[in-house]
Amino acid sequence: MSFAELKEGERLREYLERYERTELLRFLTCGSVDDGKSTLIGRLLHDTGRIYEDHLAALERDSKVHGTTGGGLDLALATDGLKAEREQGITIDVAWRYFATNTRSFIIADCPGHEQYTRNMATGASHCQLAISLIDARKGVTTQTRRHAFIASLLGIRHVVAAVNKMDLVGWSEDRFREIEREFFLYCQRLGISEPAAVPISALQGDNVVRRGTNSPWYAGPPVLELLESVPVDRPSPDAPFRMPVQCVIRPDLDFRGFAGQIAGGSVKPGDRVRVLPSGRESRVVRIARAQEDGGDLPYAAAPQSVVLTLADEVDCSRGDVICCVGDDPAVTLGIECDVVWMQEQPLVPGQRYLLRTGTKTTPCTVRRVRWLLDVDTLETSPAESLRMNEIGRVQLECEERVVVDGYRDCHATGALVLVDRLTNATSGAGMVRLPTEIGARRAHWETQAAETLERADAKPSLVTAEERERRWRHAPRTVLIYGPPKSGKTRAALELERQLFDAGAAVVVLDGQALRRGVSKDLGFSDEDRSENLRRAAEIAKLLNDQGFTVILAMVAPDPAARARARALIGEGRWEERGMGVASSPEH
Amino acid sequence: MSPTLSHLDELEAEAIQILRETAASFERPVLMYSIGKDSTVLLHLALKAFWPGKPPFPLLHIDTTWKFREMIAFRDETARRLGLDLRVHTNQEGLAQGVNPFASGSKVHTDVMKTQALRQALDMWKFDAAIGGARRDEEKSRAKERVFSFRDRHHRWDPKNQRPELWNLFNTRINQGESIRVFPMSNWTELDVWLYIWKHGLPVVPLYLAKPRPVVERGGTLIMVDDHRMPLEPGEKPRMVSVRFRTLGCYPLSGAVESEADTLDKVIEEMLRAKTSERQGRLIDHDQSGSMEEKKREGYF
Repeated sequence: MSFAELKEGERLREYLERYERTELLRFLTCGSVDDGKSTLIGRLLHDTGRIYEDHLAALERDSKVHGTTGGGLDLALATDGLKAEREQGITIDVAWRYFATNTRSFIIADCPGHEQYTRNMATGASHCQLAISLIDARKGVTTQTRRHAFIASLLGIRHVVAAVNKMDLVGWSEDRFREIEREFFLYCQRLGISEPAAVPISALQGDNVVRRGTNSPWYAGPPVLELLESVPVDRPSPDAPFRMPVQCVIRPDLDFRGFAGQIAGGSVKPGDRVRVLPSGRESRVVRIARAQEDGGDLPYAAAPQSVVLTLADEVDCSRGDVICCVGDDPAVTLGIECDVVWMQEQPLVPGQRYLLRTGTKTTPCTVRRVRWLLDVDTLETSPAESLRMNEIGRVQLECEERVVVDGYRDCHATGALVLVDRLTNATSGAGMVRLPTEIGARRAHWETQAAETLERADAKPSLVTAEERERRWRHAPRTVLIYGPPKSGKTRAALELERQLFDAGAAVVVLDGQALRRGVSKDLGFSDEDRSENLRRAAEIAKLLNDQGFTVILAMVAPDPAARARARALIGEGRWEERGMGVASSPEH
Repeated sequence: MSPTLSHLDELEAEAIQILRETAASFERPVLMYSIGKDSTVLLHLALKAFWPGKPPFPLLHIDTTWKFREMIAFRDETARRLGLDLRVHTNQEGLAQGVNPFASGSKVHTDVMKTQALRQALDMWKFDAAIGGARRDEEKSRAKERVFSFRDRHHRWDPKNQRPELWNLFNTRINQGESIRVFPMSNWTELDVWLYIWKHGLPVVPLYLAKPRPVVERGGTLIMVDDHRMPLEPGEKPRMVSVRFRTLGCYPLSGAVESEADTLDKVIEEMLRAKTSERQGRLIDHDQSGSMEEKKREGYF
């Protein structure tokens, strides 16, 4: 038995000590009712003994009234909590489920797959370390599957599992499963999801959910539950820089002044030097205070523990401040750039003011600009004036007070923010801070230094000089970047220019962004960092070709002015030219 | 040196963060103390969250006057031992009208003496945040409850129009007259609660442990005769049966389970082997399908 029960002959004390030590994994399930998501959850709960007899009896009653299994037990109904949901056979809101096995405790965020999916899924994903996406084996990878994987990656989930359901309806065909698996993995790769997995299942019959099925001898991997029990749980690393947003100051008498908060990143011990931001005052941790009856002061604490710290000096520090390690500082800033998931009817538009909440700090802020809108289906960006409900885009905010933030990829707890409507108090949007310095951004290798042991490029000069090349081709080589959103006509413009230059006798080459992605850049996705890196690689190739006397035409999306400026610097001002297609000239030009 | 946090440590850290957010964000928070096992854990978490200070909010108990006598004794002893500010409120109008679980039925009794009484108390003391020990795994409609759950001026819950909650960035903004129900133990299960009590050696109401008690049978459920107000059938005599309770509320509405488990260890062991849910003994949940959702909409906890 894999679920958390008392083993035969096991003493209660041993059991409780064992159970107490189990790790917690939070995961979300996404997909629509038709994909069998609720059935999968019902199956997990049922087969791990989490559906009690009285609940089962209620389920049997409900199955007869609302069920879709012809009066038989409809496990899907175990998860639809609200009256309207049961009556309409749909799931409206994220529902939370709990079960435990011998090795782990699990919290499921059950996210509906249709209406409002972006808002609901982002909400669920913000709490989770793993996502299960339901795929109907008959339909294969759909637009919806791609959306789920994308939102999971946006919220920083590294483990995404495709549960390929209804395998019984495709005769447990291995070919069909492998085809879906291949397509899914390829897409995950584009998104930078490093640990995808796929499992062939039948939620209805239970194959490969809790127990291995007999219908798929060709599948050597683990059933879903075994996967859930074995994937490493992503937690904030104790070696990460220390961060603790201060929730409140505990001051019961004149002798004690403690700063209470939940550690957002890294770890802390007495004696550590710390800095209080945004003020920047330095001090030293004296105690991680805890009551005698709970075991006394702690010698060490790490994220996500809730603690009380006392400091050596009388520094000014209150709610909203962040206590950090010295060195490896977060950003202290008025301006924030972030990816926003918009969640309310009224659209986000520049000029509007909201309350921004990050860490324990709340401050008014103004929307400066929507830099782009992201198409969740194609992963392409396009210019936009606003964000509507369930849309995702890159937004620049201006805060009224300085805030302390990290890049979301570096530290979720200090890189996340929500926007609250000042009139209705509604939670309007959720944002993930993007900093130019964060880990993910370093995927773009503009700053990376080549190995020092390499010979200098001019150590063995070519026997053909640049002047000779120019005379032969009757022109000085250049690099022309034609950029713009997809379908803006940049490839056509590039090809026309190539024709023109070729006819004039020039040696000319077209490098198309899409073509690069098929080879040179096939490891890259469509995040802005990855787009930036794709542009860098194109520019490096163009530079090599320019040096050989060739003129290069680059046709690329290249939405980021900063990345274009870097490409220009790489090629050299005198050789560079850029033409924007279908974009209004932005202030950077 | 980074011992991985156990799931219980993680749930505790999360609950403490929520309690501190509540204290820091509201003017007049209150902790709903209903004396049962969940309240016991909730109170312990509140003590821990603000140590070495005291929790910066009072405790509130809604007394229907039908609670087990042992619960009331335990309540008063706990408040005295910890030196806490305990407020008790009873719906006096309901009492004057003679509302009780026998004559009025469980539905009316619960509505008047619990839900309405709670609304009166929140209005009277102008509490803007009420902290409760409810858990999402207790009942279907609770599974969609927020940690910071918005209530309008009439204390009503609108399940279809809830604020999305992301990360631990809770939206605590309200206007005058509106309020928030806060559930720091949202992610705990019944087993987690017992395990926490066991691990920390927290005292619980003795009714959770089996003992011979006078009971009568009502509709297949064992009801303890806690005082003389329990109407008996002609010739009916309470039997002494060794029973305990999985959940505690008004005694006429709390079903007992036959059990010999007279220590905490044995209770937990029985629970691990149990095949029915803890709310099964709660008569008020069975008035109608979806009844918890209905009650919550009206302002019930």
